[in-house]
Amino acid sequence: MEQLYQRDIYGQTLVELGKQNKDIVVLDADLSGSTRTSIFAKEFPERFFNFGVAEQNMMATACGLASCGKTVFVSTFAIFAAGRAWDQVRNSVCYNNFDIKIVATHAGITVGPDGASHQALEDIALMRVIPNMNIIVPCDGPQTRDAVLTAANTSGPFYIRLGRPRVATIENKGEFKLGKAQVLTEGADVTIAACGIMVAEAFVAAKNLLSQGIKARVINIHTIRPLDSAAILKAAKETKGIIVCEEHTVIGGLSSSIDEVVAENHPTKIIRIGIKNRFGQSGEPSELLKEYNLRSQDIEKAALSIVS
Amino acid sequence: MQYTQTQIKDLEDKAKQIRRLIIQMLAKAGSGHPGGSLSSADLITALYFTVLKHNPKEPNWPNRDRFHMSKGHCCPLWYAVLAESGYFPIEKLWSLRQLGSMLQGHPDRHTPGVEAASGSLGQGLSVALGMSLAANIDKKDYRVYCLMGDGEIQEGNIWEAAMASSHYKCDNLCGILDYNGFQIDGKTKDIMNLEPLTDKWQAFGWYVIEIDGHNMRDILSAYSQANTIKSKPTIIIAHTIKGKGVSFMENVLDFHGRAPTKEEEERALKELR
Repeated sequence: MEQLYQRDIYGQTLVELGKQNKDIVVLDADLSGSTRTSIFAKEFPERFFNFGVAEQNMMATACGLASCGKTVFVSTFAIFAAGRAWDQVRNSVCYNNFDIKIVATHAGITVGPDGASHQALEDIALMRVIPNMNIIVPCDGPQTRDAVLTAANTSGPFYIRLGRPRVATIENKGEFKLGKAQVLTEGADVTIAACGIMVAEAFVAAKNLLSQGIKARVINIHTIRPLDSAAILKAAKETKGIIVCEEHTVIGGLSSSIDEVVAENHPTKIIRIGIKNRFGQSGEPSELLKEYNLRSQDIEKAALSIVS
Repeated sequence: MQYTQTQIKDLEDKAKQIRRLIIQMLAKAGSGHPGGSLSSADLITALYFTVLKHNPKEPNWPNRDRFHMSKGHCCPLWYAVLAESGYFPIEKLWSLRQLGSMLQGHPDRHTPGVEAASGSLGQGLSVALGMSLAANIDKKDYRVYCLMGDGEIQEGNIWEAAMASSHYKCDNLCGILDYNGFQIDGKTKDIMNLEPLTDKWQAFGWYVIEIDGHNMRDILSAYSQANTIKSKPTIIIAHTIKGKGVSFMENVLDFHGRAPTKEEEERALKELR
């Protein structure tokens, strides 16, 4: 299976956009090598600005650029984009409803050895509560390109969440549409709703469940806002329960988004696979996924508890 | 550039009119911030009615000079100069802080002439920096002005922006500091000392001009001088009096964030005749 860095795709897509549109401007805060905005910087040095280790200034500067008609891509690690610069994101980016696209990398526990201080497990929650913000969590390399192009061509602020490690490409996802979830496998026994790297885990779990005669519906909820409530309610009605999988705290992110829709419209059994009110720690990504119960095995166990 | 006595007198009269509007607007609204609006009134009146290249009939004219009020709580001043400039009718001023009004308690983009929201202190200089960088990318020669409060520059974000503005040699950027010496909790020197302020801005790579922020000739000459400074941003550190123009508000901390009563409004307007 093809394994790609979402960050590589991001950098390459920025160059693609930069060639088409002279109003694309890219900002980074001393992490351009890691976020891959360096690829754009090399191609378009006059439209790239490095702000050093000063994320708050970077985010508010994006506001000034956007007020002059620029479409501004802003990148740093998720922990800094969503955490350190939250007030700037709220007041300078979202309140103004400007064309600012925050593409945050190194999100989630799979940051790995850097440990808890660098593992953003709360960023979706932080971004989700701000009006006007669109949120995409692409599941693989190709979907990263879809997300970045969509953000560039849709007005208003975006938060796109990318990870650090390579991720397996999921085949046959179908067309990418903002706010439209992708049903990857059909099934009426149980639903597995996932985003980001957890989509691949959900896929493996569904395959193993099928060998036990259980048909799971895997849904890739790549857009957290606007949420595809229709796909979620359909799953709530047609299957016995929903397992929500995210590389994020179970508080405030994808799980909460789905809980809210289901609780208000069609209550059903929900099991949340995610970080359970803990900080992360150092370790290899595979070790951490095991330690924090974020693997396909954990999803299978949850599915069995729903269907049995 | 030399200004005639008549031009100076006209500007002083205009500033008085702006102060009257500020008082009336705040009295009607029943809340808001008179102190800092009055202390920076001369600076911003001079800017809008003499210096700024703008067109109230076409607020989005691409080559307009940009102004951003980073100390957003002083928006009564901003709204007054915008209305007097013709961005919207004067009567709109009486809707300040009311439900559904285009004149919010802190500035946002509902107001014609406002480029970006402000109110959460410390972000505005970065916003102005973004406008300045956009001018460079587009090879446009407009200038960018940013009004900051003295208490506001205690925010770390200001100094991040200060560092970046000189790094990127933004000589189209002019900061204006309303140094009235007061913040909500007291005198800046007691709450969080800002001195040595000129040294700080110079150390961050800025060209510093210190003036009496209520002397129209000083103000105009500072703006002209700022225009000549190359390869670095300029800051005008304007020494001002909080509540300037209304005797019983001058240097009175209470009027940082309290609107005048009906009776106080009448007394204030008498003084501003």
